[in-house]
Amino acid sequence: MTYLAKSPWIIHYDASSCNGCDIEILACLTPMYDVERFGIINTGNPKHADIFVVTGSINEANREVIQNIYNQMSDPKVVVAVGICACSGGVFRECYNVAGGIDKLIPVDVYVPGCAARPESIIDGIVTALGVLEEKRNKHVSSPMVTDHGHTHRHRHAEGGAQ
Amino acid sequence: MINIVWAIVFVLVAPVIGGLVVGIDRKITAHMQGRVGPPILQPFYDVGKLFEKEQTVVNETQIFYAICYIIFMIFTGALFFAGGDLLLVIFALTLAQVFLVMGAFAANSPYSYVGAERELLQIMAYEPMVILAAVGMFVATKSFNVSEIASTTIPVVLLLPGIFLGFLYVLTIKLRKSPFDISTSHHAHQEIVKGVTTEFSGPSLGLIEISHWYETVFLLGFVYLFFGFNPLIGVAAVIIIYLLEILIDNTNARVKWQLVVKSSWLIAAVVSVVNLAALYYLSGGVP
Repeated sequence: MTYLAKSPWIIHYDASSCNGCDIEILACLTPMYDVERFGIINTGNPKHADIFVVTGSINEANREVIQNIYNQMSDPKVVVAVGICACSGGVFRECYNVAGGIDKLIPVDVYVPGCAARPESIIDGIVTALGVLEEKRNKHVSSPMVTDHGHTHRHRHAEGGAQ
Repeated sequence: MINIVWAIVFVLVAPVIGGLVVGIDRKITAHMQGRVGPPILQPFYDVGKLFEKEQTVVNETQIFYAICYIIFMIFTGALFFAGGDLLLVIFALTLAQVFLVMGAFAANSPYSYVGAERELLQIMAYEPMVILAAVGMFVATKSFNVSEIASTTIPVVLLLPGIFLGFLYVLTIKLRKSPFDISTSHHAHQEIVKGVTTEFSGPSLGLIEISHWYETVFLLGFVYLFFGFNPLIGVAAVIIIYLLEILIDNTNARVKWQLVVKSSWLIAAVVSVVNLAALYYLSGGVP
């Protein structure tokens, strides 16, 4: 086992969720579940983080934020989508402002379903992510730089149509 | 006078001791909060992990500053444990700290900038007290050399109770513990994202962590100097004082930077100066 799997630092971001899953992530840090016993630390800094935990789905306001956090993290890194909204868009998937699950924007490695996802399943998801993290390190996988070309293209088309 | 063997021992052993101290610190902190806490060796896993990560920096010079920081921190500690001049040790410590500040200023990031500015304020806050501690030790033992202060039979702490308390006050700043962890903080705490270390990642962050282990061992060595007359009491005092720091860390909220600077200066100006004046008076005016 590498050191990577013994010291995963996470950064959590609440995209457009109801905040339920985000609260469950923070519940993992409490004395009840205490994820620090696995060496997991909740950082507020993407540059120090190994695991990106996202709750909620993508909308126009958080698109750039998610990309920015993902791009700022150093390799090897993994993304865990927590909650059904992050996995697929959930009940909001057909809303006009929701693009869908997190995997529409950045590569997701582990999906943790649930509404809200329980702390036990979040911890299980993060432990699964450790396996992926180690595999990525051994294979020297470098993550892609995520940009919003597809998105900006769509806008240009829309503008072109209006002309 | 300068003992090279001790310097080499410091360079090799200090990271092990420092890492263990931080690990035990995290474990005790966790128990105080009713948690199980990470393994004692967790700090070593963390640093091992950081060296496995990719190095991403905004500005290449950041790596240079991180390397300078650890080199001067090792120099500070090595000179101290070799029994060198206490004033030179303090100047080297400040230089090391300035490299960290410059590293934080090298990246154009608001969090890093605020952290660097606060780090400068911290240096301003603790520096007078640390220099007064060196002066106090000179007045008590007639020497600035660590080797002579450490091997003295004079009970330094009994002559310098005020300076000792003042030094404990700024020790909280140096160990980056609440309520004075304004520039960056320990464990999972967050302050202005991560303050001075915000823009460091991977191996360069690992170097900063290792420097902090060296610094911790050096500072505990400085505490020991007050008890140099009896090694047993000295080691016991160092352990008790570190436990006290953990207790303070867990029972205090972070304060504003204004309070850090004002209170440190006030303590340095009142307690230490009164202590020094009393020492002069008792020794008949001339040291």
